[in-house]
Amino acid sequence: MATRLQFENSCEVGVFSKLTNAYCLVAIGGSENFYSTFESELADVIPVIKTSIGGTRIIGRLCAGNKNGLLVPHTTTDQELQHLRNSLPDHVVVQRIDERLSALGNCIACNDHVALTHTDLDRDTEEIIADVLGVEVFRQTIAGNILVGSYCTFSNRGGLVHPHTSIEDLDELSTLLQVPLVAGTVNRGSEVIAAGMTVNDWTAFCGSDTTATELSVIESVFKLRDAQPNTIVAEMRKSLIDTYG
Amino acid sequence: MAEEAGMFRVHQTIGSVLCCKCGIKMDPNAANMCVKCLRSEVDITEGLQKHVIIMYCPECNSYLQPPRTWIKAQLESKELLTFCVKRLKNLNKVRLRYAEFVWTEPHSKRIKLKLRVQKEVLNGVVLEQAYIVEYVQQDHMCESCSRVQANPDQWVAAVQLRQHVSHRRTFFYLEQLILKHDAAVRAIKIKQMDQGIDFFFANRSHGVKFVEFVGKVAPIKSRNDKQLVSHDTKSNNYNYKYTFSVEICPICREDLICLPPKVAVSLGNLGPLVLCTKVSDSIALLDPFTLRISFLDADQYWRTPFKSLLSSRQLVEYIVLDVESMISEVNVGGSSYALADVQVARVSDFGKNDKIFSIRTHLGHLLNPGDYALGYDLYGANSNDIEMDKYKGLILPDAILIKKSYEEKRQRKRGKPRAWKLKSMNMEVDNSNRKLDEEKINTEYEEFLKDLEENPEMTFNISLYRNKEYQPSEMTDGEDVPLPLDELLAGLELSDEEDDDDQSMNE
Repeated sequence: MATRLQFENSCEVGVFSKLTNAYCLVAIGGSENFYSTFESELADVIPVIKTSIGGTRIIGRLCAGNKNGLLVPHTTTDQELQHLRNSLPDHVVVQRIDERLSALGNCIACNDHVALTHTDLDRDTEEIIADVLGVEVFRQTIAGNILVGSYCTFSNRGGLVHPHTSIEDLDELSTLLQVPLVAGTVNRGSEVIAAGMTVNDWTAFCGSDTTATELSVIESVFKLRDAQPNTIVAEMRKSLIDTYG
Repeated sequence: MAEEAGMFRVHQTIGSVLCCKCGIKMDPNAANMCVKCLRSEVDITEGLQKHVIIMYCPECNSYLQPPRTWIKAQLESKELLTFCVKRLKNLNKVRLRYAEFVWTEPHSKRIKLKLRVQKEVLNGVVLEQAYIVEYVQQDHMCESCSRVQANPDQWVAAVQLRQHVSHRRTFFYLEQLILKHDAAVRAIKIKQMDQGIDFFFANRSHGVKFVEFVGKVAPIKSRNDKQLVSHDTKSNNYNYKYTFSVEICPICREDLICLPPKVAVSLGNLGPLVLCTKVSDSIALLDPFTLRISFLDADQYWRTPFKSLLSSRQLVEYIVLDVESMISEVNVGGSSYALADVQVARVSDFGKNDKIFSIRTHLGHLLNPGDYALGYDLYGANSNDIEMDKYKGLILPDAILIKKSYEEKRQRKRGKPRAWKLKSMNMEVDNSNRKLDEEKINTEYEEFLKDLEENPEMTFNISLYRNKEYQPSEMTDGEDVPLPLDELLAGLELSDEEDDDDQSMNE
């Protein structure tokens, strides 16, 4: 299910939170509402961690991660890094990257298998992304925008991209990502998708401006209607067994 | 650029997204909302005026442009559209694309305007919307009209145009010039006076402007005076009535002049007997015996004013008996002359006595034996000009011919209407001191019209209008139409009132 919420009167919830299949990061805010919404939705399944990165609250734009790992920019303090390492599950690798483009969340979009990156990222960074997150890396643009992390968001089940994306681009991207994609908007027509929402395989959080139409698009493309953490786990297990078996 | 470089380029098909409000499929735009939802979301005409009250003066059909300008405009005219659009406040916040009138009943005191405006809304989407503005006309008499209503004779500046001559020819010509240049449109009242015309204006500057105009077309002398009407000691406001006394020089075209010795010397010993060939802002003087021409501007004239010896009313008709051309035709000052010795006799003498004058004339190129010509009879004239007495030993010729006479042709044409007509100013006639001789004025006007017919160069400054009643007769041999008809202004629609005036002038 998708949830609508606000962070201190801002609808850009993707800026202040980072949601993956293995953990959820939220910004430290004045009010507890934001955190508790995540907590009530995710508490039983994955850890919800309050943190800051480099002393700022815009953690969603600064870090990139999936169930395998978390990449944080060079502005992250040692203390924050330590806090994250302590709070995150053991199998999640936390890595600080020495990358000029420090807003990693804007430059990298990923699910558990594939990552799209900004075209100007370092080759070293690309390698680290592949190693830490365990993904295949593609340098891409979305509808002419190089900030792929801002203009698209995708899970292992589906993805939402910038509304101006042409049909040819959509085809190419979904071939790369191996998930169905759709062009759409959040927050009543906003095209910065990743800023307006954050999603994993069974739940999504959208800005409170998001209309019913947008919400229904999101729920259908990310296949959230029947999704439960358990079914996902069961499915994953099945596939794992398949692989091993 | 990529295509120019011969690079392969993937064709881009624009996909469709769902409208974020209603969910219909649409092309993505900056707001990602369909037009209908966008319309319902934002009204760009919000804050724009839909009802405006405008002040309208029913007397002069003008509209008040605050703070105090009154603009004359017809219904549905371009001027009114401009005025109406300008009256709208906040219109600078949107972009005006189009404006048109919606028809309203003329007596409804409502003007409706359909405007189409554009404005940028929601991150760069430009929305266009049409709406109607209703203007309510409130009757409010303008300052000048209310002044006229209170007292129609209320003038501030009066221009008294005078010429001290025995005929009104100059004023007929001046009237046409004024009409052509719309010089007297601001006049409240125009009054025909003995030896002149009075113009009344509501504003001093209008009067000054008019005097300046007259100064450009005639040699004038003017002085102005003011009379204190009232004054307010508290605000230091003074109300004056201004009077401009303008005198036009009494020298007219075709006048014979004996120049005062001073002027003659200053013009290089011209004359002293000279003819005035043209009067504009300067006077052109022609010595008919040497064909020298000199110009005298208004300043020079008024420094040493002089009068004419004989004027065109005293012209006598002569018959030309013999012409001996002396010199071939020469062009002086724009018109051609040829000196010749001619023998003429007065038509009145013809058949009664054998008085023949041998004279020299400047019209040698026009005259043939048997022609009629008009001239001044110095032989029979009993002149008592002071200037002439100053010249000792001045031998006067017996006659000076002025122009060829077209009396015969005129007689042939008599009774036929003209192919053209003139506009006339709406003048009141002053009957206070002396009754103007209407018959005399009418004959003079007829003379003036004939003059125009025979001197095409005079019509240069005048607007002639096509006479609708005129039908060209089949008998016309063509040569007696000196005015080219294609020069006439066809587009004129004289109103009935003016037509009547014309008739009364002509008859």
